[in-house]
Amino acid sequence: MDVQGITQTSQYLTFKLDKEIYAMDITTVREVLDIIQITKVPQMPDFMRGVINLRGRVVPVVDLRLKFGMEKATFLKEACIVIIEVFLDGEETILGILVDAVQEVISLEPEQIDPPPRIGTRLKTEFIKGMGKKDQEFIIILETTKVFSAEELAIVQTADDMPIPEI
Amino acid sequence: MDESGRFIEEFCLEAEELLSGVEDAVLDIEENPGDQEAVNRLFRAMHTIKGSGAMFGFDAVSEFTHHVETVLDNVRNGTVPVSKTLIDLILMSRDRITAMLAEANGGGPPLDSQEGEEIVASLKALLYSDDTEPPVEKSSKEAPEENFVPVTPAPENEVVYRIRLSPDLDIFSTGMDPVMLLYDLADMGECCVVAQTEKVPDLENLSPESCYFSWDIILPTTKSVNAIRDVFIFVEDDCEIVIETVEEKGIASQEVSAPRLGDILVERGDIERKILDEEFDTHKKIGERLVESGALSKEKLKSALTEQTIVSKMHKSSVASTVRVPSDRLDKLINLVGELVITQARLTQVASTREDTELGESVEEIERLTGELRDSVLNIRMMPIGTIFNKFRRLVRDMSSQLNKEIELVTQGAETELDKTVLERLDDPLVHLIRNSLDHGVEPPEVREQRGKSQKGTIVLSAGHKGTNVVITIQDDGAGLNVEAIRQKAVEGGLISEHAELSDKKIFSQIFAPGFSTVRNVTSVSGRGVGMDVVKRTIDSLRGRIDIDSVPGEWTKVTLILPLTLAIINGLLVRIEDDFFVLPLMSVEECVEIKSKEVEMINGRNILNVRGDMVPYIRLRDRFHMGNRRPEREHVVITDVNNSRIGFVVDHVIGGHQTVIKPLGPAFKDIKNVSGATILGDGTVALILDTSVLLESA
Repeated sequence: MDVQGITQTSQYLTFKLDKEIYAMDITTVREVLDIIQITKVPQMPDFMRGVINLRGRVVPVVDLRLKFGMEKATFLKEACIVIIEVFLDGEETILGILVDAVQEVISLEPEQIDPPPRIGTRLKTEFIKGMGKKDQEFIIILETTKVFSAEELAIVQTADDMPIPEI
Repeated sequence: MDESGRFIEEFCLEAEELLSGVEDAVLDIEENPGDQEAVNRLFRAMHTIKGSGAMFGFDAVSEFTHHVETVLDNVRNGTVPVSKTLIDLILMSRDRITAMLAEANGGGPPLDSQEGEEIVASLKALLYSDDTEPPVEKSSKEAPEENFVPVTPAPENEVVYRIRLSPDLDIFSTGMDPVMLLYDLADMGECCVVAQTEKVPDLENLSPESCYFSWDIILPTTKSVNAIRDVFIFVEDDCEIVIETVEEKGIASQEVSAPRLGDILVERGDIERKILDEEFDTHKKIGERLVESGALSKEKLKSALTEQTIVSKMHKSSVASTVRVPSDRLDKLINLVGELVITQARLTQVASTREDTELGESVEEIERLTGELRDSVLNIRMMPIGTIFNKFRRLVRDMSSQLNKEIELVTQGAETELDKTVLERLDDPLVHLIRNSLDHGVEPPEVREQRGKSQKGTIVLSAGHKGTNVVITIQDDGAGLNVEAIRQKAVEGGLISEHAELSDKKIFSQIFAPGFSTVRNVTSVSGRGVGMDVVKRTIDSLRGRIDIDSVPGEWTKVTLILPLTLAIINGLLVRIEDDFFVLPLMSVEECVEIKSKEVEMINGRNILNVRGDMVPYIRLRDRFHMGNRRPEREHVVITDVNNSRIGFVVDHVIGGHQTVIKPLGPAFKDIKNVSGATILGDGTVALILDTSVLLESA
């Protein structure tokens, strides 16, 4: 079936999150890093793990598992940080995404992609661009502009919500 | 077409500079009507704008400016006196020219031509006021000829002359003292005189009535050759006089290199080129060698050397100038230098762990060079604060007449330099603070007289460096702050409690709270209560501090403390758990160590007893939810935030740390407690904490 917006064969980077396979359009992906020290930024929501030093630039890192409501991963030796380009408030900036493992770059033709299902996935429908099918496996293709929009990222917890522990 | 676009842009920029210079000059003349130099400056500025304007097609501007120039010419030669009308007119004309340029460039609103005509008519009226013959016809004939004027103001045509004065032996018998001639020459320019004493014989043969000296004089002057000859008019028969030109300043260009001593000597005829060339084969300085070999006398050498110095100095000064650089190129450069500094710090750290002396030496050298580079680059963006001080003079003048008060603005420390960005952002707050002084601070002349003060009020605007900060103060000798009124308003607004015992200074700082205003009548100038808190926020965003103090009835003083640059922070590096944070050093007062046990809790707040002073503190570990494990000893960093002392408890204070600030990016735009990040020597990211926000949410 046809998915609106996908009219030509494109390349996608596939990666794994808790046994499921996801993909992102390769044009948004800048680079993939092995996991490095992440500096935690206080009072940010859980899925904002912190920031890293990328060749002198301070880049925020999003834990995609937590963003999608999955459990936090315990130490995975294949974990990577995928650096992507996003638009936040009209400004082009980069973001790091923590994933379990990065797989490969594949090509998908429009015929191989189905529209996103209304139910059955734990993600909001708008996050999914389409469902790709390759070698009998389903690949969830993410709509990065929606997943990493300013609204989605900007939930900052205030200190008032948290009780200050007694001595 | 691109080329001419660029030139037009250059012209507009230059015109802008000239026009701001016009404003200064006019205000100077108002204070000292006899300041001829300022009048000349004014005239030249208008003249340049007129000429360049015509050259680049700004005909309307050129024509209008012509009228102003005419009036100024008459002021210059004394036919038109300096009066308030003149000053007002010139200021109005200046504004008009600015508006005309903006309109011509498509950036300004269309102008009412009648306004322009009215100004021109008033200018002409000034000319005829003394019943002098209107020079209208003459100037309109002059205009077309003067159209072709070079874009830069014509350089004063300074020429360097080489004068050789050799009086006859018996010149003294004519009653003439050659020294007088030298004095006359000295009047014409900064000359250098070298006496030639070769002819002076031994004491036995010396006749005191004879003149054995001759002089070589290098004279850079704007006077013509004839003027120089005039000096010697009475002694032409008794002296040998040779006047030659050496250099013409205006023409000195980059391609012509500074003259060499050998060339000068040959040119003067002191030495033959052949001998000169022979000497070049050896290595000593040519002049010395020539003296040694006897081909040249010491005096002649000294004279020629003097000429060389003067002429090369002229070369240097005609080349020294400014270059306009687009800001974004500078920003990029600064960024790169910042990166370099960080990487170099890492290199130093790594090298210190290796026992390699050669490596260590090179790395030390790199550290030194990087430091110098960083300082130089940061200096590029520094501009003197005087550039914005000047526009305040106009503001004070206009507003004081508008408010019917007499107020004088005194500026100090105009040469203090600040980063350009900081300067730009300071503009609005300073304007607001000065307006406050003008509007609410200084009283009307009658009131002042009643209080025994002079009718004229003064606002002192001063700037200076203090450590790595810039301190700017605005002080007026006006009514001061009404402590009670402020207190009342703060209580009403719920900012402080009715019974709170606060020092006067603490009450004064309530002024910076949003929505605060004690003014009964809202004027067009101020009183809406939106100003002071915006001022504070701007200063905060510049990582500075603002302070206000006053003696009611006598004076009010606002003090701004700002860091020298925005790109680099002087911070205190601390550690909590495994994470590093930086606290801005500007607010840090001291560090104290506490054991977990000695803590007092009063009314649910954490308070520490520091030498008898009760200082509340915030445990950052708890605030940031970093785990409950508390080390036995903790460090407290005591800071002064918004005039109150507060402590921040951390695991460990590491030390001072100066580093480049990295923005966090739009993903963190809503974050409160953190104002940025910095990268440490080993690559880890440390977060920079915003102390005032941390305090507010306590």
